[in-house]
Amino acid sequence: MIDKTKKMIKSLFLVEIVKGLSITGKKLFKKPITVQYPEEKTPQSSRFRGLHALRRYPNGEERCIGCKLCEAVCPALAISIDTEMRSDGTRRTKKYDIDLFKCVYCGFCEEACPVDAIVETKIFEFHFEDRNEKVINKNDLLKIGDLYEREELKDRKNLG
Amino acid sequence: MKEFKNFTMNFGPQHPAAHGVLRLVLQMDGEVIKDADPHIGLLHRGTEKLAESKPYNQSIGYMDRLDYVSMMCNEHAYVLAIEKLLQLEVPERAKYIRVMFDEITRILNHLLWLGAHALDIGAMSVFLYSFREREDLMDCYEAVSGTRMHATYYRPGGVVRDLPSKMPKYEKSDIRNNAELEKLNYNREGSLLDFLEDFVSRFPDCINEYENLLTDNRIWKQRTVGIGIVDPDRAIQLGFTGPMLRGSGVAWDLRKKQPYEVYDQLKFDIPIGRTGDSYDRYLVRIEELKQSNKIIHQCVDWLKNNNGPVMIDDGKVAPPNKDNMKDEMESLIHHFKLFTEGFCTPEGQVYSAVEAPKGEFGIYIISDGANKPYRLKIRAPGFPHLAALNEMARNHMLSDVVTIIGTQDIVFGEIDR
Ligand code: SF4
Ligand code: SF4
Repeated sequence: MIDKTKKMIKSLFLVEIVKGLSITGKKLFKKPITVQYPEEKTPQSSRFRGLHALRRYPNGEERCIGCKLCEAVCPALAISIDTEMRSDGTRRTKKYDIDLFKCVYCGFCEEACPVDAIVETKIFEFHFEDRNEKVINKNDLLKIGDLYEREELKDRKNLG
Repeated sequence: MKEFKNFTMNFGPQHPAAHGVLRLVLQMDGEVIKDADPHIGLLHRGTEKLAESKPYNQSIGYMDRLDYVSMMCNEHAYVLAIEKLLQLEVPERAKYIRVMFDEITRILNHLLWLGAHALDIGAMSVFLYSFREREDLMDCYEAVSGTRMHATYYRPGGVVRDLPSKMPKYEKSDIRNNAELEKLNYNREGSLLDFLEDFVSRFPDCINEYENLLTDNRIWKQRTVGIGIVDPDRAIQLGFTGPMLRGSGVAWDLRKKQPYEVYDQLKFDIPIGRTGDSYDRYLVRIEELKQSNKIIHQCVDWLKNNNGPVMIDDGKVAPPNKDNMKDEMESLIHHFKLFTEGFCTPEGQVYSAVEAPKGEFGIYIISDGANKPYRLKIRAPGFPHLAALNEMARNHMLSDVVTIIGTQDIVFGEIDR
């Protein structure tokens, strides 16, 4: 009997609706949890897997030795490499293309590279204005590498 | 007299309430559904065949993309199958990490389900609140693996890297002063485990919030109670698993019935429903959120007190340490062999299943001794659920289809694979 009356009173006075409204009402006066995107950003892990880059040694020599491990391990077949012998007798890539539309950003290439040449940087905001730009070549990759080497080194220290 | 016929209507594939690319052909009698015919295949990517064409490890990333709301659970089933084939014994710490992330995944999935389900039925705020909590868990995903969704974190033999000792922090910016920044970063001072511990202590209040908004709400009840009833026997016949089966009152959970990893050492309960309607399934999932929270707490405690390797020490399966590789011949050979050819498994067939948030997610592999599966079959929990849609929706109103799709927690990545 008491239960029934309780239930009736509850449903008559819209108790559960008021309860819900009080929650949403309270939120109205709270600070929003969203961030103002271009001005500030959400935290980004140092393990982040974004746009690729090719690194160089401190003396400016490119790291990549054209072993094609990254090409072999890439599940999306996004990397294609041609190699040649340079005049000083070392093996280097002639062509190093990554198709960014095919890439699934799995990070396997970074894991596979024996000389830490190909890495995935923290850059995630990139765009193309032309369909052909989705394939980035060796020059672009090295350029990104040069620009972001300092951050990359910092991230490598922070991996743990 | 004019003859009245049933009216045929298309629902989807671009309908926002169709959860992806479901196309439903509905036979309507007025506003009552007489027949619902789901058409699938619009998201078919040939994952099974793709996996048969690549070395084992390279398909891990594709498993994430099956059920793209419970990423790590899919990976888990896949790596478990390979481990069964190779008969690997995974280090204890890796097991705990996996269980912890499975449960994080379960919370992620149920939160998305809750938000989307409520949004479909007409409650907007829950969606916003549940995404607030998802954000924290997504940060955990990113902290360990480097991506917010498609983690590729589990490997046969363990996990790819140990948990990070630091959480990334909000950086300084012009529009926030130091005090505000500190407030934002308050739970990011320590390691990932500290962050999770803080989350675990906060989360029950969040669940209360959702429950206050929905559980007693008369609109919510009117939209879910008595909709899409499946009785226990029929649920078993239809091949239901997960919350769909438990909502009907069958206490079946792979974590209890055939415990994998360390589930037999953890304390948790499995909730079951009584009537088997959408409301019961809602209650079951809410309770699962609480139980998952409990499991994560136990894992965090264990992981804080126990260190150890997270990957087996076997150069045939796991890549060697990169520093070693640079001066040891054998490591170098292993490294090159692993990343080009991968590893070969013994001949045989295995089936391994995990209790994914949506139900039993299984992987069946036939191996002919090569470095890739001869045949790989994915058992997606959503598929039998969707198959029962006709039965569940018949004689309900059109608007109830949305409830039923929502309560089935359908994701097309795994159904179409
Ligand atoms: S991230 Fe993965 S998919 Fe992308 S290029 Fe590297 S290996 Fe290929
Ligand atoms: S980037 Fe690394 S893995 Fe790829 S070819 Fe160059 S050295 Fe080899």
